[in-house]
Amino acid sequence: MKRNVPVETCDVAVIGAGPAGLAAALGARRAGAGKVLLLERDRTLGGILNQCVHDGFGLFLYKETISGPEYAERLAEDVAREPIAVETGAMVLDLTPKRVLRVNSRAGYRLVRAGAVVLAMGCRERTREMIEIPGTRPAGVLTAGSAQNLVNLQNLRVGNEAVILGSGDIGLIMARRLVFEGIAVKGVFEILPWAGGLERNVRQCLTDFGIPLELRSTVVEIRGRDRVESVVVARVDEAMAPVAGTERIVPCDTLLLSVGLIPENELSKRAGVELSPLTGGAVVDERLMTSVPGVFSCGNVLHIHDVADWASFEGSAAGENAARYAAGERAAGASVRVSAGPSVKYALPQRLTSGRDGAELSFRVARPLRDVRMEVRGNTSGKVYARKKYARLLPSELQKIKVKDAVAEDLEVGCHE
Amino acid sequence: MMTGREAMQDHHPGVYDVAVIGGGVVGCAVLRELARYDLRLLLLEREADLAEGVTKGNSGVIHAGFNVPVRSLKARTNVAGLGIIYPLASTLGVPHRKTGKLVVALADEDRPRLEELKAQGDRSGVPGLEIVDEAAIRRLEPLARGRWALWSPHTGIISPYEFTYALAECAAQNGAEVRLETPVAAVSFRGGLFRLATPKGEFEARRVVNCAGLFADEVARLAGIDDYRVFPYRGEYLITDKDCGFRLAMPVYPVPPRDDPGLGIHITPTLEGHVILGPSAEPVGDKRDLASTREVMARLKAEAVRLMPGLAGVGFIHSYTGLRPKLVDPSGRGRFEDFICEESERRPGWISLVGIESPGLTAAPALAEMVVAMIGARMDLELKPDFRPERPVHRRFAAMADDKRAEAVAADADWGETVCRCEHVTRAEVVAALRNPFGARTLDTVKRRTRCGMGRCQGGFCGPRLVEILQDEGVPVDRVTKRGGGSRLFYGRIKG
Repeated sequence: MKRNVPVETCDVAVIGAGPAGLAAALGARRAGAGKVLLLERDRTLGGILNQCVHDGFGLFLYKETISGPEYAERLAEDVAREPIAVETGAMVLDLTPKRVLRVNSRAGYRLVRAGAVVLAMGCRERTREMIEIPGTRPAGVLTAGSAQNLVNLQNLRVGNEAVILGSGDIGLIMARRLVFEGIAVKGVFEILPWAGGLERNVRQCLTDFGIPLELRSTVVEIRGRDRVESVVVARVDEAMAPVAGTERIVPCDTLLLSVGLIPENELSKRAGVELSPLTGGAVVDERLMTSVPGVFSCGNVLHIHDVADWASFEGSAAGENAARYAAGERAAGASVRVSAGPSVKYALPQRLTSGRDGAELSFRVARPLRDVRMEVRGNTSGKVYARKKYARLLPSELQKIKVKDAVAEDLEVGCHE
Repeated sequence: MMTGREAMQDHHPGVYDVAVIGGGVVGCAVLRELARYDLRLLLLEREADLAEGVTKGNSGVIHAGFNVPVRSLKARTNVAGLGIIYPLASTLGVPHRKTGKLVVALADEDRPRLEELKAQGDRSGVPGLEIVDEAAIRRLEPLARGRWALWSPHTGIISPYEFTYALAECAAQNGAEVRLETPVAAVSFRGGLFRLATPKGEFEARRVVNCAGLFADEVARLAGIDDYRVFPYRGEYLITDKDCGFRLAMPVYPVPPRDDPGLGIHITPTLEGHVILGPSAEPVGDKRDLASTREVMARLKAEAVRLMPGLAGVGFIHSYTGLRPKLVDPSGRGRFEDFICEESERRPGWISLVGIESPGLTAAPALAEMVVAMIGARMDLELKPDFRPERPVHRRFAAMADDKRAEAVAADADWGETVCRCEHVTRAEVVAALRNPFGARTLDTVKRRTRCGMGRCQGGFCGPRLVEILQDEGVPVDRVTKRGGGSRLFYGRIKG
């Protein structure tokens, strides 16, 4: 370590104060951590909740539906009642495998040595460039979340006529939001044969406002030199390639993208955390501990959640476990692997401590399914540890299942229609 | 004896000794070279920032000079420029690196082409060229493959726009004036002076250096010089994430395809660790057609993977497109046309630089010296004793050691406010970029000067923050643009 750089220590450092991080800080206190440090890069606590002015939050955590800012406020009030060191405007620039954080804030640049770390950095949005939309590069192409920030927090009119590519939840919410503000939404185009967001959002944000949702179609070109003038949309085939001859020009001055979220694991990578190609987040065990001892992960940085409440529950658990780790508690025994089987996009956690019972698994299906038989099966014995039937399963909805028995073999979560 | 400036101001107050038209790398190199002398200087740029034309859209390679015919102006200024650009970039504090470069032949039958390039380079005075075998290729660049390669140890990389800003900042620090969003619309002559009419008023100059890139032919025509025709050739690029797991040490080029108006699709590292694929080379009808196409994006990937199989499946965070100002019309593919750098016989005092495509970035400082020699042949140039060759220091938080960071934040809390998450750019750097001496205040101004928004989120997070800082710095919401002109971001406030 360099001289002349302040160094501080804490028991548990939580990186990010959104729905997961706030709950993690509370969880760490509840499990007895002495000094908990909650670091938030934004100026206020709550993360993306602050720009989600629509309601639908809190149904599971508070048993009522409230707006994003209200949800953030409740959690922040709970945090304020605890002796938790909260710092906003504090950006963690680096995390080492030995849990040293490099923190930059207006109050100063410093190093923090943490007994345990909870990663709760959230996610970022996929961009135009990641999906390689050809065409010009005018003003007026923005991700739905950025637009949500500009419209809801900065009160700015981002355009007059918009097209939305992708039917993720933020895109759906923004479609309605734009209409409320007098900005025409010409249509929502989704490359998959199903909507990316929750069904209730499709209904409440598009159907109720007469906004067309075109499935199996995408934007194949952006036009306009200085500002977007139009986009070209086309149908896609089974391989999601544009079908020649189906192109149509849609005049607009704004293109919003809601084409997926990516867990923001830059710090995790720096610390050497093993990531899952299926979730884009860390590989964790039932304590939500990553491959780096003492580093835990929760919320959207672990996997993309459709409901903030689940991110909070996960944060709470990660915070508690981080506190126990900081106090010296270590899990005993080998671990078994949990993998995603037929029609399952991913299952969490990916590791379970061998011999422990009562594990809760989360999973998400890869495509919409009907009349589903879900099974958690042992890879060696073929034993079914848990099973459940569903009339329907959608990729937009995270499912949970309990495994009662102790497990001593690798598991696979599979769904069969 | 009076200096040139005093003599002139005596008779023509407000008259510039030299007006440079075009704020790309060539125009800015000329401006800085002229700024050594006691001259009243002006640079006019039509766009909202410098380096917005040909300059911003290339591979950022410092060329050694073996790709162009012996004795051509391209070869002479490239080789001369190679000798100038490294020390110049160091003086100006512009990040750059001498990486070396490989031109690889995948098959034995391509070896003669490498020999030809080497012979051409040797005769032009390019230092250190060698033909190397497979084992040497692997040693030099483990990611490359090939039977044979031409190894050029003096090739390097630099950011073309940072270099351009630095040249202009140095010139400005030495008294040169730069005016943005000031396109020359008409040229007239009176009393031995050129009168340049722009939407922002008329400017009078004794000499004009036309460095207008793609538009150099049209600008010359305004002065009655109908000698040139510039053809735009579009080149598309793709850029990978820094974290793509692909640490390329040096540019890797294919043997130049005979029918390609460029050097072939190559793979180039950036100083920050990205990898650039490209460019294509296609004639287009419009000098502002910077669109990317699905076909070329696919071709870039296929070509790059052929050259470097490890690139298969790598993700991209950005694409960009540049336009080459070529003098070869689209029907004459493969024909060689040289740089033009000449004073008009019809309009003495008017110097045109036309067709400055590759290797123009490397050649720019040598072309600038040529221009100064041409001007010096007609008037006495007096060196300024107080010329400062460097530019104001730009510090980058991401590049500082821990103790320097702690010091910087303690001295000014703006260093403690991280605006760009991906590239770790602080508010102090953003504010400094917005207070550039030219008055450039677009989002791209900040992006290209600080890297804010150049990372993997492509401005998703810092975009809204930049909008706030722009307003704090006095830019009204309706004037916030991506790159000036009609590229506005907002249509007012939503409520009240």
